[in-house]
Amino acid sequence: MLSFLFRRLLTFLPTFFGVTVVSFAFIRLIPGDPILLLAGERGVSPERYKELSEQMGFDRPLWAQYLEYLGGLFQGDLGTSFVTKKPVVTEFFALFPATLELSICAILLAVALGIPAGVIAAVNRGKFFDQALMTTALIGYSMPIFWWALLLIIVFSSGLGWTPVSGRISLMYFFDTPTGFMLIDSLLSGQKGAFLSAVRHLILPTIVLATIPLAVIARQTRSAMLEVLGEDYVRTARAKGLAPLRVNGLHALRNAMIPVVTVIGLSVGTLLAGAILTETIFSWPGIGKWMVDSIFRRDYQVVQGGLLLIATIVMIVNLSVDVLYGFINPKIRKG
Amino acid sequence: MPLLEIRNLSVDFATASGRFRAVDGVDVTVEPGDLMAIVGESGSGKSVSMLALMGLLPWTATVTADKMEFDGQDLRSLSARAKRQIIGRDISMIFQEPMSSLNPCFTVGFQIKESLKLHTSLDRRQRQDRAVELLELVGIPDPAKRLNAFPHQLSGGMSQRAMIAIALACQPKLLIADEPTTALDVTIQAQILELLTGLQQTAGMAMILITHDMGVVAETVRRVSVQYAGQKVEEQPVEDLFDDPHHPYTAALLAALPERATGKHLPTIKGVVPGQFDRPQGCLFSPRCAFADERCRTIVPPRQPQALGQALCHYPLIDGVPQKSQEVTA
Amino acid sequence: MADASSQIARTVATAPPGPFREFWSSFKENRGAVIGLVIFASFLLIAIAAPLLAPYTPNAQFRDHLLQPPVWEAGGSWQFPLGTDPLGRDMLSRLLYGARFSFLIGLVVVGIASFFGVVIGVLAGFAPRWGDTLIMRVMDIVLSFPSLLLALVLVAILGPSLINAMIAISIVLQPHFVRLTRAAVLSERGRDYVTAARVAGAGPIRIMFRTVLPNCLGPIIVQAALSFSTAVLDAAALGFLGMGAQPPTPEWGTMLAEAREFILRAWWVVTFPGLCILVTVLAINLMGDGLRDALDPKLKRS
Repeated sequence: MLSFLFRRLLTFLPTFFGVTVVSFAFIRLIPGDPILLLAGERGVSPERYKELSEQMGFDRPLWAQYLEYLGGLFQGDLGTSFVTKKPVVTEFFALFPATLELSICAILLAVALGIPAGVIAAVNRGKFFDQALMTTALIGYSMPIFWWALLLIIVFSSGLGWTPVSGRISLMYFFDTPTGFMLIDSLLSGQKGAFLSAVRHLILPTIVLATIPLAVIARQTRSAMLEVLGEDYVRTARAKGLAPLRVNGLHALRNAMIPVVTVIGLSVGTLLAGAILTETIFSWPGIGKWMVDSIFRRDYQVVQGGLLLIATIVMIVNLSVDVLYGFINPKIRKG
Repeated sequence: MPLLEIRNLSVDFATASGRFRAVDGVDVTVEPGDLMAIVGESGSGKSVSMLALMGLLPWTATVTADKMEFDGQDLRSLSARAKRQIIGRDISMIFQEPMSSLNPCFTVGFQIKESLKLHTSLDRRQRQDRAVELLELVGIPDPAKRLNAFPHQLSGGMSQRAMIAIALACQPKLLIADEPTTALDVTIQAQILELLTGLQQTAGMAMILITHDMGVVAETVRRVSVQYAGQKVEEQPVEDLFDDPHHPYTAALLAALPERATGKHLPTIKGVVPGQFDRPQGCLFSPRCAFADERCRTIVPPRQPQALGQALCHYPLIDGVPQKSQEVTA
Repeated sequence: MADASSQIARTVATAPPGPFREFWSSFKENRGAVIGLVIFASFLLIAIAAPLLAPYTPNAQFRDHLLQPPVWEAGGSWQFPLGTDPLGRDMLSRLLYGARFSFLIGLVVVGIASFFGVVIGVLAGFAPRWGDTLIMRVMDIVLSFPSLLLALVLVAILGPSLINAMIAISIVLQPHFVRLTRAAVLSERGRDYVTAARVAGAGPIRIMFRTVLPNCLGPIIVQAALSFSTAVLDAAALGFLGMGAQPPTPEWGTMLAEAREFILRAWWVVTFPGLCILVTVLAINLMGDGLRDALDPKLKRS
């Protein structure tokens, strides 16, 4: 297990450096003068231009610029937003809890519905229930989620008036956000109705963001279960006289989970891509919306830093999935 | 009253190319404490008939029988829930591939205690003690420690011992051993067989040994039922069967034993068991039978009397000679 | 060549079915796949025949008919069966023309991504260890970014337009082809027929692309089908975010973006373009599932 972890770390490091190169290269690849680009549409005075040029190090050779960039990285310096003048790292961590909260809710929903759906479909293979579930899953898998979000808004927000259209909480409420997670903070605030408001704001974005992972997890669970249900040990479990629920839900599912966990881990990338669209549509103040806004504001320092941070998160999650994979697969754990 | 009585058992599989009859009108009778073998080549339906009894066949299989009674209970009319009370407690089964028959995600101890929890009223502590006792019984050294082992940490022989421990957990009345030694090393095979027969005697349970190996049969069981292409072709006590096989197929199987070979070359049975598409018209064994004639190839053979081992044959052998005179008398 | 083999098939009754017949017989077993193929083919026909089918040109504006509802709603008329958009353009015509863009995007993206992906993948499969590692690390780096984010950033570098969106999506998708091809090549490389070809004096290029590659095509074709749907979806998403096709192009994602602010007043301007995207992507995925089952029973990825 330790050597497995070590080997996995060895592939992590070069990839991480590759990602830093990509984000370093980003500003320099944009056609045009980087400083004018950084300054955006307002433009800069010649003095300010020279000052910035020295500050950013654009007057030095590329390799020196890269080393300086790396040095900054290790001190937690990812540059400063040209629009808000705040450090990119500060902005990122202020917004990240919103995305995290939404993503966790979405992945929980996807797992809670996707795994049972996959198991039920596999156990009823070929029957009506299986076909209905898998058709639904394929539709979910094919869904343009930005359109799906708009449809849900038309039906549930404007049609039925059940859910709000945007934001994380009603403007009626105002309180400190020590954790950044609106569900927790609204409870802590003790204000009446605040928690309910937070939940109502979460519902539609969660459904939209969960749609594709849900479909993927259901499909993967079904195919993994179908494979496992033919195994000898499932027959052994049935030969013990165990009830179908225990045979399918414990003996088979426990083994089928090994590939499913990989898929759940991989859907984190999908989730962050989905967050870009979901957050933009629901005006959810997370990093997805932040990135899109920054691209439109030409706040390239933010785009550069956000790109690196998001990629790092994806890599860390993938690494954790590999570790978890070793943990749920006894053959790797003790092998 | 017999412990297990099955009459006219048939199993059909729905396949993409039509129905396939894997078991065709098989009878099995087992007395309490009996020790019998079902022998046949791969594809003779010997495992399928026992899996049908256990209710372990996939949904593509259709099982029919005139009678299927265990310990006075009609298994055909029992609900699935009631049947699960018997399966795993009174009838248990061990399989051919011990390595893949244990669930790789759970410890050996968990898999033994799971049966105990389901079928007995033992508490946690007693289950632990019983599990240790069982591992000791099947000859696994250092049992308390092995309970925490995962299946991939056990060798094939050890896995099969663990499987036997699971099967014996609730002191079954009938143990079905489906080719329990086929996947094991030759040296381990004898040990496992010895263990099984020893346990069968001390526990006083009945056992059905499914095998394709006549050599194993000779040393182990009391009664032998020979199956071919889903049909029972002969049944006799083991000494009589070895002395005087009445069905040409049994005779050919015995002749193929290395111990019995006389010439320089080991005799073989040419051809293979017929499958879904090459099922002969008359006797199913006729294409491979040394004694077959036109009658065998066109007319379904009759069941011979007990004295002739219930052989399913037109011309049953007596002392290796086909009784062609039957044709005249019949 | 084709004539000769079909004649043999006619005269010798016992000849085994050709690879295509075999594929087709297992493909048509799958009802969903056939439905997908039919829908896909009809959309393709629509895309080709759009100028003949559409009642108007996609950008013709009818100032007197802004946001007119579809024909079955109160206020609708047969003049504009699916209604008009905020600028008074006929929805039906724009949707029909939109099919052209989706197919163009799918074909171009899959073409670019699979060509480069397969070539790089084959090279990685045959490269010495360091070369293989280098290529795969670069692919890992690309895959570390969420695909849509990387596509967005690439478009930000290249400038927003349909062409650049297609290029960006191709770059994001091609690592999947590289990985798949490399894995297939590695498993085929050690086979005896490759050694036989080498012994027979085939050069490295010939072995790579004539001997080994054809035997790896199954999973690559499946991946191409799945990438087609990803490309259509991602291009629509970029269009929706304003980073893909630019107005007034009647691309479905771009149409959605233009219609967004009217969702509460005119449901049809939002519903139809999205429905077109969904049905197209669904049809391709249905076909992809059928292709996967027919070509590569082992590949059970979602």
